[in-house]
Amino acid sequence: MTTKKNWPLWEVFVRSKNGLEHRHFGSLHAADEEMALENARDVYTRRNEGVSIWVVESKHITASNPENYGELFEPAQDKVYRHPTFYDLPDEVKHM
Amino acid sequence: MKNQNLYNYILGIADNSLILGQRMGELTGHGPSLETDIACTNISLDLFGQVRSYYQYAAKIAGDKRTEDDIAMLRKEREYVNVLLVEQPNTDFAYTIARQFLFDVYHFMFLTELQKSRDVTLSAIATKSIKEVSYHQRFSSDWIKRLGDGTEKSKSKIQNAIDSLWTYTDELFHQVEADKVMVGENIGVDVTQLKDNYYQRVNAILTEAMLEVPESKWFQKGGKEGVHTEHLGYLLSDLQYMQRAYPNMDW
Repeated sequence: MTTKKNWPLWEVFVRSKNGLEHRHFGSLHAADEEMALENARDVYTRRNEGVSIWVVESKHITASNPENYGELFEPAQDKVYRHPTFYDLPDEVKHM
Repeated sequence: MKNQNLYNYILGIADNSLILGQRMGELTGHGPSLETDIACTNISLDLFGQVRSYYQYAAKIAGDKRTEDDIAMLRKEREYVNVLLVEQPNTDFAYTIARQFLFDVYHFMFLTELQKSRDVTLSAIATKSIKEVSYHQRFSSDWIKRLGDGTEKSKSKIQNAIDSLWTYTDELFHQVEADKVMVGENIGVDVTQLKDNYYQRVNAILTEAMLEVPESKWFQKGGKEGVHTEHLGYLLSDLQYMQRAYPNMDW
C-alpha cells in the first residue's frame, strides 16, 4: 500500500492513568505528528486505556544492538543482591 | 401516541446518526490504511452509541411495545427521516471525508444548541455526544485540509467530492412540522438560525484547505420528509438484513 511507503513509522506511548508512567503500546504509520497523535488515540485508546499519549517518530529511537546482548545484559544475571528483595515494602508504596 | 411531535423530532435527530454510522461502519476492514480504518469505525461506534440513547428515549415516548431495535431495524425506507447528505455512498475516501465534514460542522453546532433544550433527556444526550462530535469534526476538518493542500490528485478528488455533496447541505436547515412545533416549545433547535454560521465555518475551512467554495445555489431536499435518494434502500437492506431474515433474533 502506498501509505506504508510514504508515511513514516511512529512509536506510541500511553499513560493508562494519572500517577503511572507512559508505556510503549505499539507503533503506527502517520504523515506527521498531529496525525500520529490522532491515529494513536483511535488505535490504542479506544477501549478507555489512556489519559495521555506521547508519539515519537521511530527513527529518533536509538536501540541497543542484539549482538551485544552478552556484554550488556548477562553480567546482571547472577547479581541477585541488586534486586530489592531483602526488605519489606510498606503497603503505601504501590507500582514498584 | 401522546407526543407524536416529540417522537418525530427525536427520530429526525437520531436517523442522521444511524445512517451516517452505518455508512462509516461499511468501511470496517476497507479503510485506506489501518489507522484511518479504525478511525472511521470509531466514529461509527460513537454515532451508534448516540443513536441508542435517542431511540431508547423515543421508545419510551411511544409508550407501546416497540423497542430501540424495532425503531432502528424495522421501519420502511419512507419512514426514515435522515437528511440526504448522510446516506450518500462511500464513493471514495474523499467522499467519505467530505460527507463527514459537511455533517460534523452542522452536528457540532446543532448539539451545542440542543444542550439548552428544555427537555432534560435530550439536553443530557447532547452534552454527552458533543465531546465525541467535537473529535469527529477535528478529524474530518484535518483531512479536508490534508487532501486539499496535498497533491494535485488529492486536491481534485476532495474538490470533486465537496462539489457533488454541496447540493445536500441546505437541507440541514430545512424544518419539518415536528421541528417547528418543538422549537415553539423550547425543546427543539431552530436550525434556520445555524445556517449563516455553518456556511461561514465550512467556507473558512475550505479556503484554508486551498479549495474552492462551490457557488451552486441549487439544493436537494426530501430526506426529512422520507423521500430519499436511490442509495438509502441498499443501505437499509444491509442494515436490516439479519432482523428481516431471522425476525426477533437476538445475540
